[in-house]
Amino acid sequence: MADKEPQQPEELPIVLVHRLPSFKIPSDPSFRDQLRSQFHMLDPHESPEPYDSFLARHAPFIRVLMTIGPSPISAEFLERLPVLELIVATSAGLNHIDLPACWRRGIVVTNASLAFAEDVADCAVGLLIDVLRRISAADRFVRGRLWPVKENYPLGFKLDGKRVGIVGLGSIGSEVAKRLLAFGCTIAYTSRNKKQSVSFPFYANVRDLAANSDVLVLCCALTKETYHMINKDVMVALGKDGVIINVGRGSLINEKELVQCLVGGEMGGAGLDVYENEPNVPKELFGLDNVVLSPHCAVMTPESFEALEQLIVVNLKAFFSNKPLVSVVSNE
Amino acid sequence: MNNIGVLMTCPMSEYLENQLENRFSLFKLWNHSSPKPDFLKTHSSSIKAVVGNTKIGADANMIDSLPNMEIVASYSVGLDKIDLGKCKEKGIKVTNTPDVLTDDVADLGIGLALAVLRKMCACDRFVRSGNWINGDFGLASKFSGKSVGIVGLGRIGSAIAKRAEAFNCSISYHSRSKKPNTNYKYYSNIVDLAADCQILFVACALTEETHHIVNRKVIDALGPKGILINIGRGAHVDEPELVSALLKGQLGGAGLDVYENEPNVPEQLFSLENIVLVPHVGSDTEETSKAMADLVISNLEAHFKGMPLLTPVL
Repeated sequence: MADKEPQQPEELPIVLVHRLPSFKIPSDPSFRDQLRSQFHMLDPHESPEPYDSFLARHAPFIRVLMTIGPSPISAEFLERLPVLELIVATSAGLNHIDLPACWRRGIVVTNASLAFAEDVADCAVGLLIDVLRRISAADRFVRGRLWPVKENYPLGFKLDGKRVGIVGLGSIGSEVAKRLLAFGCTIAYTSRNKKQSVSFPFYANVRDLAANSDVLVLCCALTKETYHMINKDVMVALGKDGVIINVGRGSLINEKELVQCLVGGEMGGAGLDVYENEPNVPKELFGLDNVVLSPHCAVMTPESFEALEQLIVVNLKAFFSNKPLVSVVSNE
Repeated sequence: MNNIGVLMTCPMSEYLENQLENRFSLFKLWNHSSPKPDFLKTHSSSIKAVVGNTKIGADANMIDSLPNMEIVASYSVGLDKIDLGKCKEKGIKVTNTPDVLTDDVADLGIGLALAVLRKMCACDRFVRSGNWINGDFGLASKFSGKSVGIVGLGRIGSAIAKRAEAFNCSISYHSRSKKPNTNYKYYSNIVDLAADCQILFVACALTEETHHIVNRKVIDALGPKGILINIGRGAHVDEPELVSALLKGQLGGAGLDVYENEPNVPEQLFSLENIVLVPHVGSDTEETSKAMADLVISNLEAHFKGMPLLTPVL
């Protein structure tokens, strides 16, 4: 049987590439080939035609769009795409997308959580071990040539028996739980709704979770409801030895109050991958040994990007063949 | 028991010191530094017990200088600083602190592996230097799903395996003999183990046989994408070869808690981003230090009351 002729782009299903000019489709050649051979990728920034007329001309045919990084999608933008049914996002966090507007229109949104979950969970666990066992501080101590000089190095804290409260038990939170159980931690969680299939104790609000935890791990989405959910009240409830790990979004925490608590010695420590005003990080934290700082790189591994590319192709193919999608973001 | 003399070899735990002072007549070797042999001679007859650790234990000289020594209660699980042969010969009992520190050492091992692969310490330095405003850090390497090799599948090795499995890592191991009751893949040859895994953990006891068990051949087998994590003893690894391989990029990275000549660490390593260096803190948590100290005290009290030892080695 003769090989199938490569289809003309015009015959392939259409996918709009939505991106701020500074963001690009991942450059991995095999990913671009997979996309271009199966879909007609429409990228307004690659056309000489002005953006608005390009979009208006193609809008009647755009059922799917792929959004690159934090390129925003507002309700107004959605109005320009009257037949849009699916948004394939390339990040786990979706605070740059007006999700309620999408859901009102019946537009399905998929994100990268499934592709990123393991790497983000690894980062969260790594940060927690680092804070409790002072790994980065100890590394500084050794590289600073202090070991021969200072006999004793401050003790850290055990993981076994620590009560870990997970804020947001989605794909990332579940992977965090699975890992920390192996270290002898106990798990409890808070979430918009109690998860019926999960046996971990559920707390309806984060303050109660904090009052019953030694560690809080933030794995939830940033929304109007979760903005600054970790405030002074919660930190006080967590207690003087409490540790907060944030791999969600910086604004989940009232950063000013966090810095005050840490600098004032009112908290055990913190491991942070995200901040309210990246790439700016409060300088007051730089002198603290019980704080570990990471530059929003929880997903920065080649493996997670490969997984994301696969996830995108899978979802685009599934949509056009009426098969079930994965990593769908719902209102639950 | 206040007239029983106990010799503590070096500072190891304030809590332990206090507990020993309350119960025994405590001699602190480091307060009598010169000359040690004279000090030992003067007080030797009253010293019945030695409390040592991984820095200073009880070697042949010390044992010979203390004719009334009955027991060595080590504040450690490792026994490489104790002349076990001599103790056996003289009927001296030896106890250590197994189990209580297993979790901590395993936790540190995994923590080091995560820190190396995910470049956590380098990231932390990057943020603290203020360089993030000039551009992103770059890529690290995934930990979950990597193949893990463990040298020594004892308490600590098994604890490492259990944790690594939660990260979907495959587990294989090398030890003196194949262990029954495990599904992990066994390698009778450590070079083969190293060739077949991406992260190699050293978690065995230090003996004559395991001295430099991680030699150049093993390092080469682990290769430029492989990571070595040493939470055993510095002498497990041929340190000059390790340093050379790291400097030349022939080994992917290393997380080290122990070194051949502590507290000295090869300074050529200080400029490398793919290694993490910590100062022998494997069991250094508040909770475990106290548990270890309590175990030392319990063993000593049991011995002097003529009751069974809790964690005897000899």
